[in-house]
Amino acid sequence: MASKFTIDRRAVLRGIAAGGALGASATLPFRPAFAKTTTVGFIYVGARDDYGYNQAHAEGAAALKSLPGIKVVEEENVPETVAVQKTMESMINLDGATLLFPTSFGYFDPHMLKMAKKYPDLTFLHCGGLWTAGKHPKNTGSYFGYIDEAQYLSGIVAGYASKSKKLGFVAAKPIPQVLRNINSFTLGAQSVDPTITCQVIFTGEWSMPVKEAEATNSLADQGVDVVTCHVDGPKVVVETAEKRGLYTCGYHASQAPLAPKGYLTGAEWNWSKVYTDYVNLFTAGKPIPNLVRGGLKEGIVKTSAYGPAASAEARKHADAVKAKFMAGDMVIYKGPIETNDGKTIVAAGTSHGQTDIWLESMDWLVKGVIGGT
Amino acid sequence: MATAADLGFWTVPLAIFAGAIRVSTPFLLVSLGECLTERSGRINLGLEGTLVMGAMSGYAVSYLSGSPWLGVLVAGLVGSLFGAVHAAICNMPKVNDIALGIALMLFGTGLAFFLGKGFIQPKAPNLPAIPLGWWSDVEQIRSALDINVLFLFGLAMTPAILFFLNRTRWGLVLRTVGDSEDAARAAGFSVNRVRLFATMAGGFLAGVGGSFLSLYYPGSWNEGLSSGQGITAVALVIFARWNPLYCFYASLLFGGAGALGPALQAVGITHGYYLFNAAPYILTLGIMILASSSTRRFSGAPGELSVTR
Amino acid sequence: MPGFAVRLLGASEALVLPLAALAASMVLFGIFVTLAGVDPVEVFALMYKGAFGTAFSIQNTLQRAAPLVLAALCTALPAQLGLVIIGGEGALVMGGLTAVAAALALPAGTPPLAVQIAMAAAGMAAGGAWIALSGALRHFRGVNETISSLLLTYIAIAILNHMVSGPMRDPASLNKPSTPPIGDANMIGSIPGMDVHWGLVFGIVFCIGAWVLMDRTTFGFAARMVGGNVRAAAMSGLPVGRLLIITCFIAGAAAGLAGMVEVAAVHGAANAPLAAGYGYTGILVAFLARQNPLAVIPVAILLGGIDASGGLLQRRLDLPDATVMVLQGIIFVVILASETLYGRFRVFNPKEAA
Repeated sequence: MASKFTIDRRAVLRGIAAGGALGASATLPFRPAFAKTTTVGFIYVGARDDYGYNQAHAEGAAALKSLPGIKVVEEENVPETVAVQKTMESMINLDGATLLFPTSFGYFDPHMLKMAKKYPDLTFLHCGGLWTAGKHPKNTGSYFGYIDEAQYLSGIVAGYASKSKKLGFVAAKPIPQVLRNINSFTLGAQSVDPTITCQVIFTGEWSMPVKEAEATNSLADQGVDVVTCHVDGPKVVVETAEKRGLYTCGYHASQAPLAPKGYLTGAEWNWSKVYTDYVNLFTAGKPIPNLVRGGLKEGIVKTSAYGPAASAEARKHADAVKAKFMAGDMVIYKGPIETNDGKTIVAAGTSHGQTDIWLESMDWLVKGVIGGT
Repeated sequence: MATAADLGFWTVPLAIFAGAIRVSTPFLLVSLGECLTERSGRINLGLEGTLVMGAMSGYAVSYLSGSPWLGVLVAGLVGSLFGAVHAAICNMPKVNDIALGIALMLFGTGLAFFLGKGFIQPKAPNLPAIPLGWWSDVEQIRSALDINVLFLFGLAMTPAILFFLNRTRWGLVLRTVGDSEDAARAAGFSVNRVRLFATMAGGFLAGVGGSFLSLYYPGSWNEGLSSGQGITAVALVIFARWNPLYCFYASLLFGGAGALGPALQAVGITHGYYLFNAAPYILTLGIMILASSSTRRFSGAPGELSVTR
Repeated sequence: MPGFAVRLLGASEALVLPLAALAASMVLFGIFVTLAGVDPVEVFALMYKGAFGTAFSIQNTLQRAAPLVLAALCTALPAQLGLVIIGGEGALVMGGLTAVAAALALPAGTPPLAVQIAMAAAGMAAGGAWIALSGALRHFRGVNETISSLLLTYIAIAILNHMVSGPMRDPASLNKPSTPPIGDANMIGSIPGMDVHWGLVFGIVFCIGAWVLMDRTTFGFAARMVGGNVRAAAMSGLPVGRLLIITCFIAGAAAGLAGMVEVAAVHGAANAPLAAGYGYTGILVAFLARQNPLAVIPVAILLGGIDASGGLLQRRLDLPDATVMVLQGIIFVVILASETLYGRFRVFNPKEAA
C-alpha cells in the first residue's frame, strides 16, 4: 500500500512540477519511530453518522482502529472557531496525540495553521486545503481526492437514465470544490447527449434538511428526472428524490439503501486507504508528503455499485471511461469548453489534467448548467 | 419513471403552493398549540425544544415499533410532558416564563441530540400521504396534492380550537385566566391548573409538529432538522393576534416563503438566496411593526401575557 | 442583630441559593449520566480535568469564556429595565462584519492601533444599533423586544452570509467564502504570557463599567426604576424611551465588541463561522448571573469550563457532544426554578422573621 501511495504522490508532483513550486524538501520533517502507541486525533464538523461527509471520514478513521499501536481519539460537531484550536490542543495535551486530522475545510486557515506553528514537532494533515511550499508550515499537509472523476461517471449514467434531458444538482455553496463537481457531472452527461442541461440550486448551508428537500422538490417540479447533490448529508435529497420517483446519484458515501428504486450510482470517498497509508508512513518514521491528491486510479475515490435502474448501455459506457481514468489517460477538462455565460474558458486544443491546480480555483459553470456562481 | 410536464415560470406559484402545504404543517401545529398556551396568559418559548424532542422521539418510536402513528402519539405525549414541566415550574411564584422557555429550549434540544444519536442512521417507517391529486395527469400537481394527514389534522384543529375558545365554557375559563388572574380567581377558577392544561395541550401539538418533520417531511431524524421552526412559530402567534384562523393563514404564508428561495433559483433568479431564505423573518418583523402600536395594546392580546406588557 | 449583619445575610442569599441550585443541577446531571450507563464520579473527575485541571485546561476555559462575557451583557443590561433581549448573536455578527468593513475601508499603511480602534468603534456601533433597534421598536411601536431581537438575529446571519458570499467576498478565499483578511499586523493577539486573547480583558472591563453605570450613577438608578415599573417611571418624569434605547445600545455594543474580537483575534476575516452561537450561550450566562454584570464574569468562566470539558467526555467516555447541552439545560432550568426560593428562608431575612 505504501508503495502505491508514493506513486500517487509522484503523480501529484508531476502535475505541480510545471509550476516549479515543489522540490525535494517538500516533505514533512523526518520523524523517528520510537513511540509505542501513536495517538491519532480526528475532528469532525458535524455528526459522525450523517450518511455523508463526516461519516466518510469517520469510516476512514475506524479503519485505523484495528492497526496495532494506534489509538484513535475523535470529536464531532466541533465548530470552525477557536473551539477547534482548543480541541486540537486538548488532544495534544491531554491525550498525547501526535498526528491530527482536522477534517473540515474551514479548520485549515487560520485554526490548524496556528496550532501547527505552536506545535512544530507534531503533524497536522488537513482535508481539502491546498498546501503551498513556503506559505504553509512544513509540519502540515493537505490531502484531497478528485471526486469529480466519480461525478463524471455518475453524469454518464445519469445521461442515459434521463428522459427529459434535464438533470438537477442540489448544492450547498458555490465554492470551487462544489462547482467542479457540478461541471464534471454535467460534462459526463453531455458526453452521452450534448443537449443535456443541469439545473443547480444552492441552499446556502452545508446542512439544512428542509431547504434540501424543498430544493429537490422544486427540481422535480421543473421537470428534472435525475438528481445528485453536494451537501454534507445527502440523505434528505436522496430520500426526497426517491419519493418523487426521480433517479439519484449519491455523494460522499453510498446512499443505495435509501433509494432502492432510483439509485443509479454515486461518488464516494475511500478515506480508509488514505488514512491507513498516512499512518503507516508516520509510524515507520518515513517522510510524509505535504500534498496528496488522487482520484479513482489512486483509490482515494470510488463509485457506488450500479443500482438496478442503471441500464446496461450506461454501465458499459461508464465502465469504459472508468478504465481510462484507471489508466491515467482520461482528461475531463479538454477544450473547447464554454461557460454558461458564453465565455470560452478552455480553448480548443488545450487541456487541464486532473492534477492541474488551476482547476482548484474554479469559479465558472460549463454551458448547459442552469444557475449562477 | 416519473414524467413531468414543462410548466415554465408557472412552477414558481406551484412550488409556493406545494411548499406552503409541505412546509407549513410544523408551523401550524406549533402555533395552534402556542395559541392555546398564550390565551391562558403564558408564553412558552420552549416549544422549539419540544418540537425537536417530538421529532426525535417520534422517529425513534416509529423505528422501534414499526408504527409511525405510535410515533406521532408518543411525540405528542413527550411534548405534553415538556409542557407540564414548563407549567409546573412557572406556577411557582417569581419564575419568569420567557426565561424558562429559553432554558427548556436548550434542555429539550440537548436531550433530543443526546438520546437521538442512535437514530440518525436507521430508517424508520414514514407517515403515508393521501393522494388528493389523483384527478390530474400533471405529475407536479399530483405531487403537490399528496397531502399528509397531519396537515389535515391541523386544518381540522383550526376551527376546533376557534370553537373551543369562543363557544365553550372551558374556552371561556381559559380566556378569563389569560385576561385577568383576579377575575378568574374571583370566579373560582384555578389559574395554575388551567395554565397547566393549556401548556400541556400546547406541548402536545408542538410534539406532533416535530414528528411531522422526522416522519414525513423531510422524513428522517438528524440534528439539523429544525432550523428554528418552533421558535418562529411562537413569533407567528403574536402576529396572528392569538387567533387560530390567522395562525393557519400565517403558517401557510411561512411555508410558501420557505419554498420561495429554491423555486426562484429553479427559474433562473440565482442571486441573493440568503436574503430570500430570510424572507419569512423579515416579513414577520415587518408585520409586527405595522400591526403594533405604542399607545394601545395589541388587539386580541391576552391581558396577563408577559410579552405584550 | 446589627445592620451590617442583616445586609450580609441578605447578600449571602444571592450567593448561597445559586450555588445550591448549581449543586442540585450537578446531582440531577449525575443521575442522568448514571442512567446513560456512565460512572458519574468519572464524569465529574474528567470535567474538572478538562476545565480546570491543568494549566492548559484553565486557559482553554478562559478562552471560551471570553466571548460569553461580552455576549451575556447584551441580555443582562436590558434586563435592568425589564427587557428580555435574546438577540446577542445578531449584534455579534453585525459587529464582526462591520469591524471588518471598517478595517478594509482604511487605507493601507494605517497604524495597526488606529485600525483596531476603528474596528472596535465600528463593531460596537453596529452591534449597538442592532439592539437599539429592538429597544426603539419596543418603545415607539410596542413590538415585543424578545421576538424582534430574535428575528433580527436571523436577519443578521442572512446578511453576513450574503455579504461574505457576494459583495464582500475575497476571490482568493476559494473554498471558504470570506471577506478579504484584515491583515496579520492588525490582529490583536493574545494577553502576554497566556494563550487567551484580549477579548477576556475587554469583557471584564466592560462588565465593571456596566456595573458602575447601573449601580453607581443616576442613569443606572433611573434605568432600574423603569425596570421596576414603567408607568411609575414615566409619570415621575423619567425619559423612559431614551433610557431604554441607550441601554440597549450599550448592550448591543458589548456583543458587537465580541464580534470585533472574533474577527480581530481569531478569524482574521469575516465568514460564516462568525455565527458560532456565543450569543445564545450569552443568554444563559446572563440569566445564571441573575442579570448582574459582575456575576457575569464567574458564570461565563463556569460555562466556558463546561464547554472546554465536553471534548474529554466525548473522547474518553464516548458520550455524545450533546452531553454538555443537557448539563447546561439542567443548570438553566434549576437556577430559574430556584428564583422562587428568594425571600422564603428566614435565615437570610431576619427582619421579616421577627
